[in-house]
Amino acid sequence: MKVLMFGWEFPPHITGGLGTACFGLTKGLAKHGLEVIFVVPKAYGDESEEAVRLVNASKVTIDIDKDEERSYWDRVQYMEVGSNIIPYVGPEDFERLQEENRKASKSFKSRVFSQKYEFSGKYGTNLMEEVARYALIGSSIATKHDFDIIHAHDWLTYSAGVAAKETTGKPLVVHMHATEFDRSGENINTDVYAIEKRGMEMADRVITVSNLTRKIVIDRYGIDPKKVVTVHNAVEPSNKPELAGFQKSVDEKVVTFLGRITYQKGPEYFVEAARKVLKRDPNVRFVMAGTGDMLNKMVARVAKLRMGDKFHFTGFLKGDDVDKMFAMSDVFVMPSISEPFGIVPLEAMRSNVPVVISKQSGVSEILKHAIKVDFWDIDGMADAIYGLCHYNALSETFIRFGKDEVDSLKWEHAAMQVKQVYDKVYKQQ
Amino acid sequence: MKSICFYFQVHQPFRLRTYRFFDIGKNHHYYDEYFNRMIMRRVAEKCYLPMNDILMKHIGEFGANFKVSFSITGLAIEQMELYAPEAIDSFRRLVATGNVEILAETYAHSLSALKDPEEFERQVTAHSRKVEEVFGVKPVSFRNTELIYSDKIGAQVADMGFKVMLTEGAKHILGWKSPNYMYANAINPKLKVLLRNFRLSDDITFRFSQQSWPEWPITAEKFVGWLNKINPKEEVVNLFLDYETFGEHQWASTGIFDFMKALPGAVFSHSEFKFSTPALLAEKLQPVSAIQVPYPVSWADEERDVTAWLGNDLQDESFDKLYSLGQKVRQIDDPDIQRDWNYLQSSDHFYYMCTKWFSDGDVHKYFNHYPSPYEAYINYMNVLSDFMIRVEKHQPDTAAMLGELIEKGSQFVKMVGAQAGEQLEKASGKAKQAIKKGEEKVIPVFDDIRNLSDAKIKKLVKDLEAEDLVAALKDAEQELVNKVLPNLSRATRKKFEDLQHEMKVTKKSAAQIRKQIEDKLKALF
Repeated sequence: MKVLMFGWEFPPHITGGLGTACFGLTKGLAKHGLEVIFVVPKAYGDESEEAVRLVNASKVTIDIDKDEERSYWDRVQYMEVGSNIIPYVGPEDFERLQEENRKASKSFKSRVFSQKYEFSGKYGTNLMEEVARYALIGSSIATKHDFDIIHAHDWLTYSAGVAAKETTGKPLVVHMHATEFDRSGENINTDVYAIEKRGMEMADRVITVSNLTRKIVIDRYGIDPKKVVTVHNAVEPSNKPELAGFQKSVDEKVVTFLGRITYQKGPEYFVEAARKVLKRDPNVRFVMAGTGDMLNKMVARVAKLRMGDKFHFTGFLKGDDVDKMFAMSDVFVMPSISEPFGIVPLEAMRSNVPVVISKQSGVSEILKHAIKVDFWDIDGMADAIYGLCHYNALSETFIRFGKDEVDSLKWEHAAMQVKQVYDKVYKQQ
Repeated sequence: MKSICFYFQVHQPFRLRTYRFFDIGKNHHYYDEYFNRMIMRRVAEKCYLPMNDILMKHIGEFGANFKVSFSITGLAIEQMELYAPEAIDSFRRLVATGNVEILAETYAHSLSALKDPEEFERQVTAHSRKVEEVFGVKPVSFRNTELIYSDKIGAQVADMGFKVMLTEGAKHILGWKSPNYMYANAINPKLKVLLRNFRLSDDITFRFSQQSWPEWPITAEKFVGWLNKINPKEEVVNLFLDYETFGEHQWASTGIFDFMKALPGAVFSHSEFKFSTPALLAEKLQPVSAIQVPYPVSWADEERDVTAWLGNDLQDESFDKLYSLGQKVRQIDDPDIQRDWNYLQSSDHFYYMCTKWFSDGDVHKYFNHYPSPYEAYINYMNVLSDFMIRVEKHQPDTAAMLGELIEKGSQFVKMVGAQAGEQLEKASGKAKQAIKKGEEKVIPVFDDIRNLSDAKIKKLVKDLEAEDLVAALKDAEQELVNKVLPNLSRATRKKFEDLQHEMKVTKKSAAQIRKQIEDKLKALF
């Protein structure tokens, strides 16, 4: 079976968890003998093609006079880029992007319809323009390749998936890694919501990364429950050598938050829990790693609570620094208000760090060896942190069994479930 | 005879490098040498050297009639020594003419006067010592960091022996009064106070190149014209400026150097004014009244208060955390700790964390290498956290030998216990005898203590329980107790004293105490 897959990013050029998940999934599918043609807006040439054939959408040209493509424009509407669509920018970057956005918005339509288009493949100012262009190219690519199933990851690629389906009549599976509600709380971008809803309605199957997301898809988007299947994410086994000789440089226990510092990740609850722990035991250090539009607010709050000597900010961590951060950590906390899945705790556990996760995360549905609290329960969170810092029996148990547990979460298994979804829609056809 | 009092401020902080969380506890190097060197070189070449030359020429031409004063912070002197020694030589030559007064201030350009009087005094002393060492003169007039002044600070400065202090002639402290007189401190009238004429000073510092200003351009003649408009009864015009005004804040291309070249000549030919310095003015002028300054003023921003450095949470937390270390740091005899303690106090670090951008944003951005106050805070707190660990860990002289002596102490206790145990096994009746023997063994060891160094005692007693000590020392001479007591950790000492107190209160008999020792020894086997 051959799959035409639309993604937005592919390792090593990733900004969030989407690229990592796509990579893991395609590798798993390859193990089960499936062929995947993976389309990205922009390929850099150094992507791993061990499991997929990569198609670079920037290289695809379109004939702007073709009616079918022109008519597609009617459905692709101009949308303003809001902060929530851009997942990973700091406060200054956001200001800058907004400014660029205002300047750039004029010639939108003409550029989408140019014959050749260079995608950035990022989440920048031209995001909506790129999404529209990507959709245009979807049908063009579909006619040029031979495949059995179309698989589209997240809203950015849904329109491309739908276009490919309309052109070829092949079944469409859309994959929901994060909904607009996860990104924006209740203040959703209605255009993005509309793209998501239409994509799922047009799809033959919707795969969600957790039951939590499945419920949102059914309740908030009105998608037929029979169409929606949960396939939990997995995690790649670590191929990095242990950080040889890396030594923790502070005596205190280190408790870490690592992720975007945005509303839905619940950074505020981490700060408040830190305050409670520090009141009881000053010999703990808290680290908030990452950046995002709530960073300055968190810094100000930490200063207000007068715990800046025990609560540190690292900014965005790259490459080795993430591993270093885990190597220094004694507890990892993910207090997300809404987390469709949440792969970072798995990475922490893989690095022998016990984790505290919110019950409002998809990953809590499958993890046993993690302390689960409600995101708003800062007392419970503080308790859990304090316990993992002080009771060695507890933390050692979590480290030992947690590592085994994570190692058993293989993409191979997740890919098997995805394959079963393919089989079903293929047969139905 | 009316006077112009020129005072120039020279300061450069040791700016911090990007110091990350991963560095805490591991890397104790905090400063951006490249950046600091670059700025010092630039300022020396664009400002200090050319401006010093101009002043030198004026002194050559007008002799004793031309005088100016400087304050140069300890940190600026250190950086010139490191990166621009020719600038130090140039200042030395100026001071050597006798026409240039060097003022006292805080070594680190710190805000210690607002928080920690003891630290304030230490820094003023350290700065005076450094000035004497480098320039061979002892400062007699005082100016505080950023001209920060209040009645209380003035009174402390008077107590330190200074006769005159400089501050801002802020509108809200002067009201209808003129800054152009000598004033006195409101608590201690012996301290004379000179007030900055902010209008004329700012004409040079801020408005010199401002082309939208109706008076632009300022020439020496025009400026002297303004001086002549001042009421003839007034005594002194205090022009207090950042030295970097010349060539740095106002570039050479604005004509600032030409202005300064022409000014003294114009003053002497077109006015009655003479140049003077704070020390000379303090001898000559009598205060017209006391100046009431209940809350600190400074020369910064429109508000002329201390909100450029303190007031928001970022600033207040880092400032309070820093000064909570003062007591401890002053007891540590370690040049690295002392150096960093000075460097971390410089007011600039808190200036970078200022969030009131609107009225004075431009000034705040000058020489500021942080993209935002939040980054300034994060970086400073990372450095401070590391510094706190170092201060905390600093236990002079004990650490190295500890293990060995603890071992010896516990071996001894075990030995006594074992011997007593053997005896007990042989015949329980003889137990008391054995214990007595044990006690006899304890006493000689404590006798040896007389000959031990404090460090060794510290190690020896570290692992002993307070209860054991009370029992062991109960009959000891006071001399012995005095030798042991200061070497206990604070917690043990407290416990020890409590126990001793308890014993006195309850007047336990000697037998009871012996019983306690018996129990202790029994517990050992």
